[in-house]
Amino acid sequence: MELGVQGRAAPPVNAGREQWLQMYEQMQRIRIFEEHVNELYTSGKMPGLAHLYIGEEAVAVGICQALRRDDYITSTHRGHGHCLAKGASVDRMFAELLGKAPGYCRGKGGSMHIADPETGNLGANAIVGGSTAIAAGAALSARMRGTDLVAVCFFGDGALGQGLLYEAMNMAALWKLPVIYVCEHNRYGEYTPAQEAAAGDVRARPAAWGIPTDEVNGQDVREVYAAALHHVERARRSGGPGFLLCHTYRFRGHHVGDINRSYYRPTEEEERWSRERDPIRLLGLWLIQQRIADAPALERIEQQVRAEITSGLEFALNAPYPTPAEVTEDVYA
Amino acid sequence: MSMLSEAPGGVRRAAARDLTFGLAIKEALAEEMRRDPRVFIIGEDVAEAGTVFKVLAGLVEEFGRERVIDSPISEAGITGIGVGAAMTGMRPVVDIMFGDFITLAMDQVVNQAAKIHYMSGGKLNVPLVVRTTMGASRRSAAQHSQSLYAWVAHVPGLKVVLPSTPADAKGLLKSAIRDDNPVIFFEDKMMYQVKGPVPEEDYTIPLGVADLKRAGGDVTIVATSSMVHVALQAAGRLEGDGISAEVLDPRTLVPLDRETLIASAQKTGRVIVVDEGYEQYGVTAEIASVIAEGAFDYLDAPVRRMGAMNVPVPFSPVLEDQTVPTAEAVADAARTLCGRA
Repeated sequence: MELGVQGRAAPPVNAGREQWLQMYEQMQRIRIFEEHVNELYTSGKMPGLAHLYIGEEAVAVGICQALRRDDYITSTHRGHGHCLAKGASVDRMFAELLGKAPGYCRGKGGSMHIADPETGNLGANAIVGGSTAIAAGAALSARMRGTDLVAVCFFGDGALGQGLLYEAMNMAALWKLPVIYVCEHNRYGEYTPAQEAAAGDVRARPAAWGIPTDEVNGQDVREVYAAALHHVERARRSGGPGFLLCHTYRFRGHHVGDINRSYYRPTEEEERWSRERDPIRLLGLWLIQQRIADAPALERIEQQVRAEITSGLEFALNAPYPTPAEVTEDVYA
Repeated sequence: MSMLSEAPGGVRRAAARDLTFGLAIKEALAEEMRRDPRVFIIGEDVAEAGTVFKVLAGLVEEFGRERVIDSPISEAGITGIGVGAAMTGMRPVVDIMFGDFITLAMDQVVNQAAKIHYMSGGKLNVPLVVRTTMGASRRSAAQHSQSLYAWVAHVPGLKVVLPSTPADAKGLLKSAIRDDNPVIFFEDKMMYQVKGPVPEEDYTIPLGVADLKRAGGDVTIVATSSMVHVALQAAGRLEGDGISAEVLDPRTLVPLDRETLIASAQKTGRVIVVDEGYEQYGVTAEIASVIAEGAFDYLDAPVRRMGAMNVPVPFSPVLEDQTVPTAEAVADAARTLCGRA
């Protein structure tokens, strides 16, 4: 394939009309949310940095659409998309990013640590690969407690260099844990191309432990969703772990401040991905082609999401900061 | 002298039997596993082997391999699995065979377990116990002999327990398992076969309460874990010199019972802090500073610190035995402090 994506053709999946539209809406929510996060950074309203998920929306949305609300996910430093896809609300997300009291973590976590147990989100993690064993532990716990819950561990290609991933996958395979490892291969670990950081075939790693592995075009939400359904259902039926290699692309920089990127990534490559492989545009075209929605209907969805995000941002901008005394709260349970 | 001058909580209890430290640990685990189905053990050779120290022998027969889980040699992985299981409703007890190996799991302990409750604004809990070991003088050399609890005591969000007697070990471990926070529990390998009275009845010992192991009026010896016994031996020798030494065991480094330490220092005016961790930037430094700040006006001399020598633990007995404080060295320091040297 032209862009080096060796995904298989999207298999027919029997998702209903509503589900596809939901996925479209979720992807728009993530995209527009992240655009506002970038604006918050450039206008100096947001403390610190954030790692935008723009371009990778189909991965989080395709995976989370295959999960139940009470299934677990662990997320990464580039985690806003996972949180939203799992059901977090934009107002409390924005509040957390601004360090405000109504934020998901009362302003103590920020962009890289958003956790929302109500939607099974065990938290974003600012240590690359840091949650790979936590996800396995959640899966072990799910089984020990007699539930049929599954856990999904999102991680980037950068985590392929972390040993913990391999310890965790080994035990997941040994004990047939209901955990799915989702590699968001966006081709760059920070400012280093993946081929300079990970030797050999990524799929050979899970294969070495006998973990069923699929490789998908992560820009095609239908393909991600189909593969996710397959792995989630198998894990739920005690079939053991899975591994999903999703080829995707970070449309923006490593973080909001990573503006000049040509020294590690050609501008033409970025433009080509944005132009030809935008996951939202691709789904939109398909929805129209299939007569599931027409252009005005999609436009209405986008406008509704924009309105929700505008009011969520306003809520967060107007929200109070935590009181200074809260600094010592919640060190211990 | 009895290993245990006072029963837990400072109250003398009628019904007690002698148990080894190792059996007291196992009894605590078995009782908690019977009481609470969420408690499970994971670690290397914990099942049929019962660990290299045989401390867990018999537990797999009672609780099965689902709750006494033999793991690969993956310290970081099993600690992370413990964190994830703890966050989702279980109460794992992770077994890290040698305290030196906790270095392999430091990201999971320090960046994950310690911070998840705080980072999530109090919404997620990590009721995890990591049991590991400490202590030199087993001729095990530099990578199986360290007492690294200062590393974890440095990090907010963790609790750190250092039991010195079988009764303390049992009561403190039960509290650690019931605690909603990550607790790192350090056991002295040399103590596993040492016996002491352990109450028959069900009891726990709260974390954060120091224990008076011996009352005295002239000098306070604050000692942790293995060094409690060194301090008690020193106190026995000092008695012959007419020096009355008080031996105080904090039992937990975090939370630290500052009030009791300071009160004893205020009473005696002279303090030695003895600990088997490296002396540099160690537990002795923290406790000495707590006492110096809290009892400065009462002190007749600067607080004396005695930790392990600042060298990697050597193999040869001739070398290794120099690295850990001895009863004679502690007694000498006390005599100097009391003007009797």
